[in-house]
Amino acid sequence: MLNYLIRRLLYMVPILLGVMFITFALFNVVNTPTQMAYRILGPKASVQAIDNWLNNHGYLDAEGQKIPTYFNTAPGKSLFDSLYFRSMKRFATFDLGTSFATDEPVLGMLKRGAIPSLCITLPAFVVGLFLSLCASLLLVFVRDSLIDRWGAVLCVAGMSIPITVYVIFGQWIAANLLNWFPAFGFNLEGFSTARFIALPVVIMIVSGLGVDVRMYRAIFLEEVRAEYIRTAQAKGASHARVLLVHMLKNGMISIITLVVAALPFLIMGTLVLESFFGIPGLGNLMTNAIQTSDFGVIQADVYLGSLLYLFGLLITDLCYAAVDPRIRLQ
Amino acid sequence: MPIWLSNLLLLAGCAALVALLRAFLFTERSRRALNRLRRDRVGLACAALVALLLLIGLSDCFQINPRQSALDYAFRNVPREEGYSAPLATTTFNERDPKPLNGRHLLGTDLLGKDVFLQTLKGCKTALIIGGFTSLIYIPFGALLGILGGYYRRWVDDVVQYLYSTVASIPGILLLVAVMMTLGKGLDRMAVALSLTAWIGLCRLVRGETFRQTAKPYVEAARALGQSHWRIVVFHILPNVMHLVIINAILGFSGLVLAESILSYLGVGAPVGTPSWGIMIDSARMELSREPAVWWPLAAASSALFLLVLSLNLLGDSLRRAFDPKAG
Repeated sequence: MLNYLIRRLLYMVPILLGVMFITFALFNVVNTPTQMAYRILGPKASVQAIDNWLNNHGYLDAEGQKIPTYFNTAPGKSLFDSLYFRSMKRFATFDLGTSFATDEPVLGMLKRGAIPSLCITLPAFVVGLFLSLCASLLLVFVRDSLIDRWGAVLCVAGMSIPITVYVIFGQWIAANLLNWFPAFGFNLEGFSTARFIALPVVIMIVSGLGVDVRMYRAIFLEEVRAEYIRTAQAKGASHARVLLVHMLKNGMISIITLVVAALPFLIMGTLVLESFFGIPGLGNLMTNAIQTSDFGVIQADVYLGSLLYLFGLLITDLCYAAVDPRIRLQ
Repeated sequence: MPIWLSNLLLLAGCAALVALLRAFLFTERSRRALNRLRRDRVGLACAALVALLLLIGLSDCFQINPRQSALDYAFRNVPREEGYSAPLATTTFNERDPKPLNGRHLLGTDLLGKDVFLQTLKGCKTALIIGGFTSLIYIPFGALLGILGGYYRRWVDDVVQYLYSTVASIPGILLLVAVMMTLGKGLDRMAVALSLTAWIGLCRLVRGETFRQTAKPYVEAARALGQSHWRIVVFHILPNVMHLVIINAILGFSGLVLAESILSYLGVGAPVGTPSWGIMIDSARMELSREPAVWWPLAAASSALFLLVLSLNLLGDSLRRAFDPKAG
């Protein structure tokens, strides 16, 4: 197992390097530091102000010269004293840098936002997973019937509504017309938190249901056609037992890997929901950063997202190897 | 660009696309699939709806004179009002001092007094541009890389796999936002940004299918006859993976339209003033909080978007069933 783990980790190194390069290129080459400075300070900013900004954010060296992008060919300088190698070093040491808008370290902002984000995503994920598993099992139970066919169409219909529409209608109906929930705000004080998170959690569950039920249904339908199902039926196992014991066990292998890969992302929160309901999570942090052109936060968020993805991939592989005896570790 | 040139380019583009599709539809396999599709009423209805919405979008791209497209010309008699008015109302939407309207509006008018029905129809153009341009960029790219990886294997495949797993490692929406932030607003930039994330799924799919196809006897037979790699790829493998590309393009189109609405909401999508459904949905936030609420632009834009995306999704599923009846 340890061998396998090390191999998977080594496999990720080139991918991580690629991700680091893409992130670097987006925020240093496609959009040069000077362009970013003008975006933040305004197009009419003085040259002095721009230089100041560049200096404060580490784009100038000790003599006030611009640091070259890839290789420093100036005489008397280390070849690797360039923007590229500096950011590679920062990425490799997981230094997420500072916000361009408030000069606050991004790591602290991320830590503050993680708990509110998890308050929304964790309950929505758990309840949503349970509901979509039940619904998909039900559809598979009555497969090829009218209910199954219209259930599948309903799932597609649910997928076809953008999250923004779910949020706007949900907020308008539940908070403004019916006045069941507060439309906006968040606090972390026991029971009153529940009132604030109830509506976003429900909306997140409903908006994700279509995709999940459809996917799980497809996975289960694949299993139902397998030979072992026919064997179980031939042995005289009841229909319910075949589905809930034999098929569920095998179908869960694929589902667990999907679920585990999604777990790390819960911490990232949700972009649209959080800004709509005023929840100070990571999604909200990102939307604010977009509105204030805070490239520091966006860069950190992109890098963090990729790290979480790779981490999810790693634990998925490990779970897969642990759950499925057919996967050989060599 | 002069009008006649842009119109000519538009017509030429459509003709090229139709010719390409026809060439593909004359293969044995797709003709059998189309026969199967003919019995699928839901699929046919969806295809008709998609075609209708895309034709409306095309008619809005076709310029009659420098200020009017064919769609504007068809609706030239719709008067402009001074501000909000409810669907089919006779006065403006103003409590204290309602003014009589210049005409009736099926879906009311928006903040600037424009007819919401016409604005919604004009949203088809934006959806068509986003979906069309993005597909034009990512489909050749993704399909080519997928086929090359699946056909040549070894180091070519390693490179292709490395490319897509690296881009896939960055969560799609974050990459989209980052690219849009660095490129700036605009429909053309959105098409570039969307194609950066859209090609991955297609590439994976085509690569896997090419893998399976190259193992089949007909490829070996072609090679035994001394055909070049290029001929095998273009005349033997491509027609056999083309249905996957088309199904993926149709399903991907719906994803692109949805992504446009989210990007517009986040403020990095279409520039303000573009008649897009995403922008209409975004501005509904303010409109719903008015007293009494202005709900019709939101309802119109989201139903149009829903109809297009739903029928694209169902059509994609129908096509998949038609090409692969065993998959269910």
